[in-house]
Amino acid sequence: MVSLPEQKSTRGPERKSTRGPEQKSTRGVVPAARGCEPFPAVTVDASGIVLSHNAQAAALLARVAVGVALGEAAPAWLTEAHLRRAGGAGEEPPAWAEGRIGAHRVTALAVPGADGAVTWWLVGGNAPASTAREPARERVRAGLLQELSSELLASPDVDRCTAMTAQRAARHLADAAVVVGTGDGRTFPVTRCTADGPVAQQRIALDPGQLPGLEEALQGLPAVSSRWIDPRQVPSWAVPEGFVGGVADIGSVVVVPLPGHGVPTGCLVLLRRRRDAGFTPAEESFAQLFAARAGAALSVARDHTRRARSTEVLTRDLLPPALGRVHGICFSGGYRASVAGELVGGDFYDLYPAGTPEAETVAVLGDVCGKGLEAAVVAGRVRNVLQALLPFAADHTRLLTLLNGALLSSCRTPFVTLVLVTAVRQDARVRLRISSAGHPAPLLVRLTGRVEEVRACGSLIGVFADIEFRTAEVALQPGETCLLYSDGITEARGGPLGDVMFSEERLRAVLAQCAGMPAEAVTERVQMIVAQWVGQGPHDDMAVLAIGAPRDRRPTTVHEPTGGR
Amino acid sequence: MTDGKDVRSLAEPRAQLWQALGECDETRAVAVVRGALHTAGRAPAAAEHQQVPAGVHLTAQDTAAAGRLRAAGERVLLELIAPAQERVGLAWAADDITVAQEHAATAISERCVAAVADATAPALAGRSVGRVVVSCVDGEWHSLPARLVGEVLRLRGWRVDQLGAQVPTEHLVAYARRTRAQAVLLSSSIPTLLPGAHNAISSCQAAGIPVLAGGAAFGPQGRYARLMRAEWAKDAPDAATLLGRRPTPPGAHAARLPDLDLPHLADQEYTMVRRTRLQLVKQTLADVEEGFPETRHYSERQLERTVEDIDFIVSHLATALYVDDPDLFTTFITWTADILAARDIPPRCLLPALDSLRTQLKDFPRAVGILTAARGVLTPPPAPPG
Repeated sequence: MVSLPEQKSTRGPERKSTRGPEQKSTRGVVPAARGCEPFPAVTVDASGIVLSHNAQAAALLARVAVGVALGEAAPAWLTEAHLRRAGGAGEEPPAWAEGRIGAHRVTALAVPGADGAVTWWLVGGNAPASTAREPARERVRAGLLQELSSELLASPDVDRCTAMTAQRAARHLADAAVVVGTGDGRTFPVTRCTADGPVAQQRIALDPGQLPGLEEALQGLPAVSSRWIDPRQVPSWAVPEGFVGGVADIGSVVVVPLPGHGVPTGCLVLLRRRRDAGFTPAEESFAQLFAARAGAALSVARDHTRRARSTEVLTRDLLPPALGRVHGICFSGGYRASVAGELVGGDFYDLYPAGTPEAETVAVLGDVCGKGLEAAVVAGRVRNVLQALLPFAADHTRLLTLLNGALLSSCRTPFVTLVLVTAVRQDARVRLRISSAGHPAPLLVRLTGRVEEVRACGSLIGVFADIEFRTAEVALQPGETCLLYSDGITEARGGPLGDVMFSEERLRAVLAQCAGMPAEAVTERVQMIVAQWVGQGPHDDMAVLAIGAPRDRRPTTVHEPTGGR
Repeated sequence: MTDGKDVRSLAEPRAQLWQALGECDETRAVAVVRGALHTAGRAPAAAEHQQVPAGVHLTAQDTAAAGRLRAAGERVLLELIAPAQERVGLAWAADDITVAQEHAATAISERCVAAVADATAPALAGRSVGRVVVSCVDGEWHSLPARLVGEVLRLRGWRVDQLGAQVPTEHLVAYARRTRAQAVLLSSSIPTLLPGAHNAISSCQAAGIPVLAGGAAFGPQGRYARLMRAEWAKDAPDAATLLGRRPTPPGAHAARLPDLDLPHLADQEYTMVRRTRLQLVKQTLADVEEGFPETRHYSERQLERTVEDIDFIVSHLATALYVDDPDLFTTFITWTADILAARDIPPRCLLPALDSLRTQLKDFPRAVGILTAARGVLTPPPAPPG
């Protein structure tokens, strides 16, 4: 909004005045005296000297003339209004003033000009006083709507949006506001606040029939005019705590529906005190406009919350599990999905701790062909099937063959590669049995800094009926680590020169520096180096899982067998 | 333990912890921390150091012991673990330990923090004073400082969600929104992540959540944090104090383009350097190889390190342009020179790279100014030969 009178474009004063602020001429304002304007107008400079006036102004103000002080030609209220305006200090002075000139009631509407000059349009007594005020009010209202929209947009959260709506409404539209959400038929979320009090939100068991218009609003029926609502019928639950005087002090009530996308999102109730004027039709229709904005934002927020919740529930089991120390063996994992903003993808790892320290704990890291949520769902299925097959973990080939059979029979499953590890601690050492199903072979980080490839190999899963595996047996000394990784790590492209593959060679070089490091430090270091290598560029899903024999001189949990060194 | 011993001093456990970190001995490190916690939390109220730090509020239902334990926890975090970790960083810079050792020490320090958290958990006050999110800037791997701040806040009664390292900004904003956090505490130690930090700050504020920034990346006295309209905390107690004042949530006006905070970006110098990064690195490498014939005999590994160094220089140059502060770049060059000197590499070897960049970017006055200033740092003007 550039200036206030632009709101009503076709009327005399407004049309003329749009030029006011744009003038660059040092002479001041375009002379108002044209003879054809509908209202008297007088242009006065900052010091209060009349610069120009039209014929109607001369008829109204007998002594007005160019060069005369306004104080000599006009009544005191107008002079004062001009000085307030031209003074310009502090907050913006009102754009209009009211008073009498002779026998006429006059509303003076100020339009700013260059160098502090002001053109006063004197709207006659027969024109309603609100004519002049309306543009200024319009401006305030438009500003309020804009503010509301941007605040609601900032946060798609139902409670927060509701609180904000109630607060804004109480501050700008009434003395108090109540938002009633769509409940479950018996209880309803009620948000109440006064203009300056805190916002209270609670669920209340109530009968919407108690408040005229509420039931209609919650059902999406047309709004009931405030004229039909008896303030004495407002139930006590609808009166905010800080509303002094309670129900007895309510002078007028407006009930407006909060329209949603398809279904109503609730209802806004505005309360005004007895001493204030009732709601005018213009105010009521503005309340509806306000409610429309709030309702739209609320329904987006509700939808957002619902979706976020279902996504959370659905992906919970797809997230990589938290790892730690199990029966004296360290497990640490790291995961980064290829799709920005996603938490899950086609790479996966999982850990199935053994019931006793003597039994083997099973760990797996794998890669489902594909990306994003679809791949993550398949990976979740593979993890479930694996869990069911755990009793066969003593024989890797048996377990993997059963897994292969299960995946082959489900026609929607793409192929899977994985590494299966069973681990048990023996004294200070950790013994591993490792099988690979078409997956990059794990790397061992020895205490000396030597990096060895585990000699495990086998066919990928979910493609061929006939498959073979070779299980490798490995012992980790304290401080040694076995790293399982997905090809997203070694095939990551980037580097300072761009588009160079990270490669197994670089991974080995990184691991060679990791001798003696705890498992968490190994996974963190590998992830960090690869993340820096990739930079902002695209990458595949990346997963690492480190299994380490801790360097402690003594076991840290009571369940562990004593021994070691 | 004799009563004459000065329990105030954590000097002895500090030395023990340092030794345990150096030997990669997690069990002993945790034992040292537990012991220090016990000693600090046990002493009678007579000693002045047992005073509850300002900001730790004791509620009526708290026992004195719980308050002492919380105060002890804070001391151990800030005066035992944090200095040890700082020393690890210095030791790396001085080439006394390898990067891998630094990593291992950090992992153990994390365990020590967890041990403090475990031990002090029973002493936490029942009702939290508010909820905050502690997170690193996207791309930041040093999560320990953020972890320490988070634990201190927890001891001071806040409910803290630790998001840790490598958090995409999108997740951070969504999380803070969902949990209705009263503030986001953002940690960063790497200056080149500042543009991303700015994005995170603006996004949180647009969502109506105030941001408290901390860490070395935000410059001396947090000057870059202020540039980005975030509050800045110099350390964990400072963060607690600032949070205690309940920072006002930014209003709707906070939803704005981050660029509005940095009008100098209009000259496109930052954009150009960022966009042509790869070409700049390649050309600089070629120029360095030409000016430094030794590089032709470099092993592949050495050459790769050189490329990484050049890439690092270009990234810091871009960041200095982003915040419009030549000091950021000269500080980095000084630091790099020290690192090189510690590894017996003459810092002069940085000059060909700076000169090459200055030639390539000759049409960009701000970049030229920054590179010239850095050159001045490496070659003190009145150099009497010998």
